[in-house]
Amino acid sequence: VENVRLLDRLSSRKAALGTLYLTATHVIFVENGSETRKETWVLHSQISSIEKQATTASGCPLLIRCKNFQVIQLVIPQERDCHDIYISLIRLARPVKYEELYCFSFNPKLDKEEREQGWKLVDLKEEYNRMGIPNNYWQISDVNRDYGVCDSYPTEVYVPKSATAHIIVGSSKFRSRRRFPALSYYCKDNNASICRSSQPLSGFSARCLEDEQMLQAIRKANPGSDFLYVVDTRPKLNAMANRAAGKGYENEDNYSNIKFQFIGIENIHVMRNSLQKMLEVCELKSPSMSDFLWGLENSGWLKHIKAIMDAGIFIAKAVAEEGVSVLVHCSDGWDRTAQVCSVASLLLDPYYRTMKGFMVLIEKDWVSFGHKFNHRYGNLDGDPKEISPVIDQFIECVWQLMEQFPCAFEFNERFLIHIQHHIYSCQFGNFLCNSQKERRELKIQERTYSLWAHLWKNCADYLNPLYRSNHSQMQGTLCPQMAPCNFLYKFWSGMYNRFEKGLHPRQSVTDYLMAVKEETQQLEEELEVLGERLANLQKSQLSYNKVKSKQQDQSKQLGLSTSNNSLANTPQEYSNDLKSFPSRSPSQGDEEDSALILTQDNLKSSDPDLSANSDQESGVEDLSCRSPSGGGCLPSEDSGKDSDEAVFLIV
Amino acid sequence: MLRSSQPLTGPNRKRCREDEMLLGMVLDEGERGFIIDTRSAQAAKQARMSGGGTEPKSSYPQWRRLHRPMERGRPLQESFIRLVEACNDTSITMDRWLSRLESCRWLSHVKAALSTACLAAQCMDREEASVLVHGAEGTDTTLLVTALAQLLLDPSCRTLLGFQGLLEREWIEAGHPFHLRCAHSAYSHARLKQEAPLFLLFLDCVWQLSRQFPFSLEFGERLLLTLFDNAYASAYGTFLCNNEKERCLCKVKENAHSLWAWLNQPGEKQQYLNPLYSHNVLVIWPSVEPQSIQLWQGLFFRWIRSSQYLDEAWAEIQRLAESS
Repeated sequence: VENVRLLDRLSSRKAALGTLYLTATHVIFVENGSETRKETWVLHSQISSIEKQATTASGCPLLIRCKNFQVIQLVIPQERDCHDIYISLIRLARPVKYEELYCFSFNPKLDKEEREQGWKLVDLKEEYNRMGIPNNYWQISDVNRDYGVCDSYPTEVYVPKSATAHIIVGSSKFRSRRRFPALSYYCKDNNASICRSSQPLSGFSARCLEDEQMLQAIRKANPGSDFLYVVDTRPKLNAMANRAAGKGYENEDNYSNIKFQFIGIENIHVMRNSLQKMLEVCELKSPSMSDFLWGLENSGWLKHIKAIMDAGIFIAKAVAEEGVSVLVHCSDGWDRTAQVCSVASLLLDPYYRTMKGFMVLIEKDWVSFGHKFNHRYGNLDGDPKEISPVIDQFIECVWQLMEQFPCAFEFNERFLIHIQHHIYSCQFGNFLCNSQKERRELKIQERTYSLWAHLWKNCADYLNPLYRSNHSQMQGTLCPQMAPCNFLYKFWSGMYNRFEKGLHPRQSVTDYLMAVKEETQQLEEELEVLGERLANLQKSQLSYNKVKSKQQDQSKQLGLSTSNNSLANTPQEYSNDLKSFPSRSPSQGDEEDSALILTQDNLKSSDPDLSANSDQESGVEDLSCRSPSGGGCLPSEDSGKDSDEAVFLIV
Repeated sequence: MLRSSQPLTGPNRKRCREDEMLLGMVLDEGERGFIIDTRSAQAAKQARMSGGGTEPKSSYPQWRRLHRPMERGRPLQESFIRLVEACNDTSITMDRWLSRLESCRWLSHVKAALSTACLAAQCMDREEASVLVHGAEGTDTTLLVTALAQLLLDPSCRTLLGFQGLLEREWIEAGHPFHLRCAHSAYSHARLKQEAPLFLLFLDCVWQLSRQFPFSLEFGERLLLTLFDNAYASAYGTFLCNNEKERCLCKVKENAHSLWAWLNQPGEKQQYLNPLYSHNVLVIWPSVEPQSIQLWQGLFFRWIRSSQYLDEAWAEIQRLAESS
């Protein structure tokens, strides 16, 4: 459709005119203009909702809200066209079969072996080995090898040595969805462990010998402690209400030596509404400080984030400081349980704060333990009441920790944002379906590619320059400050305002420091090489010319100087009063902006695999997307690497 | 950019030929200028009753007046006191923290100050018009706006020495009454009439800039905290008294040392520098959206939270920047 306008949320002056395309996988808006062909790509999988607004004189507005928090406002000239687009998008954004998803057509041009290798990058058996299992207390069990005991669990589960198959099966019958207690994390220093399950089907008075034996087995697997914490992450009221439905929580009287604890994290419906309210605040036009703070508090979002974090801290402390094992559950043990176990693991074990370790953590506590990705993130069209930002909250907890402990993580904010993006994008097969069983039935690993391999290949983009494996913040457990600590929880504008250029520095400190670090490393390596050659010079006759030119090339490549003054930022609309005044000619403003928009050649934007590029102003796509695999590049406009001043642009 | 105090128009709409001539001389034929009045239109009008007022359009035809109400005086001090109380209150739960923060209004004042400074800068840089800034006395919000605007516009003000010069010019010599304004700070029950944290508000705005433009200021948070400390209590004479006249009478220059002299010593200077600094000749335009304005934890939680992890991060940044 031609003559479509793409509005800018913050400045009505900067509407772009162009053509809208709908493909099988994307919506693409291409801006008119001779040299510039600025493109905005949106994956159908990312579309969360489409709103047709009232027709005005200028056309029919269409608002597209995305799961990665991008909001696109289009104005279609003809009502008929607008309606067609609306209907099409509704259908395209709500796939019915898995085969409709992008991951089945995405082609990064890798061969079969490379695809396989990509899937092998994260190996959970290796991970449990790293923890020290199997050992005297814990073993791997194949009781669920055909998913016969629990169809949302993996085939390989880790249980206490003294838990026989009989006990496991018995316990599973007494747990919601058959999700029996299984190992999530084992601390070899003191044998304390974190186990996870779903709620027991205890009702008001039911008991199950095998389930009680299971908990006893877990407790005994930690000889250093004579009791076990059982943590129910639900608010007490909800848990009690479940008893009326024949479920509930563990009675301390029935289970020997447990200490029971409620932690009170709200359910998926509350979280869904909380996010909704927060996004409404983000959509306010020119909010006052008051509007913003009230709106944010009213959404309750940061309160929930803190609740999840506090639960993780409690469990980490129990394991690290008290040496006591913990069994965690919520209702079904696949939402709050996953959040809390993974936060606790992250605090406890520095390995999970490395890039590889983080991928492993997600594979372990989210993917293998049957978090319902499809239902929660809407891969396929389903029940809207199942949708909830569960993993988003976990990812935000990680970001909040990164802000408090800047040296403690090997990866940076961009890593988290890209992972969140791809959970919704369905470009890779890792986060499809609701369980390992479903994924294997669909043969995901043979038909799609692994996100981990893709991220790993681009790991240079995701490193935290302040990280050092021998840094003090990487030794042992992270201990976030307890009260007062409300002020430590910040609004994550890098995620929720990701696509609003004006809110973020155009040049990030992270990227600058990474460039410096790389340059220093390279120079140090050079120095070493030169040192060797100097020594060899005495023996042979080498010319220096080769070496010199190599050096020059490298420093040119790394020419990310911060004083490239050709790029300026522009002021926000600080005042309505100035509009009526004769201001500079618009072309002067445009000149500055057009310097930011790269030409067709640089962008290689004809390659459809440059997916989801919503804005190419920052001029980085050509650097990061030149990878030979050619596929699955993410918009890097969220923290551009270009050699500019850290400037703010609200157009 | 010019600054002054309010014109003494009074209830009878007095005129002053000399004042009109002076302002007229600033602008060329056909040029337009802006007057940024840091009081609300209503407050400015009410000022006439006590002998003050605004520049009437008829007498100053080339100047367009814009009102940008900014808090000062007693209410600003209250805002400061409430904020410090909130920060120290360990009983606030997360579900009430933000509204408590909002009720202090401090961040709104930061937003207003930055917005007004941006407006002044925009008038000069984009509209290429001259700007006159004044409030009532010309000693508080006026200086806040002119000083901040210069930081935005002029890269030389963002160097360590340039910033000191800016402070000397726009705060000290311009006659901000430090002695009255920076008396007891937030914990005192004295509630002095003349006390108000304008200078702190300025430093907070500068901190916001340093966060939004991490490469553009040659100095870091450490300097801002040191300035805050010295404004209230100092071993140096720089922030003493209320104006140059008083400093002369007290013979400050003969009897006390200059803070700048100490800060600029090669041994001392290092800790105040920003390792990421890279001279940027461009104008910097901050975002004044609420998401972009943050609570200055380094100041308000200075004694409440451990800065260990952040200090370690800064040490890393320093190490990396120096190795380059």
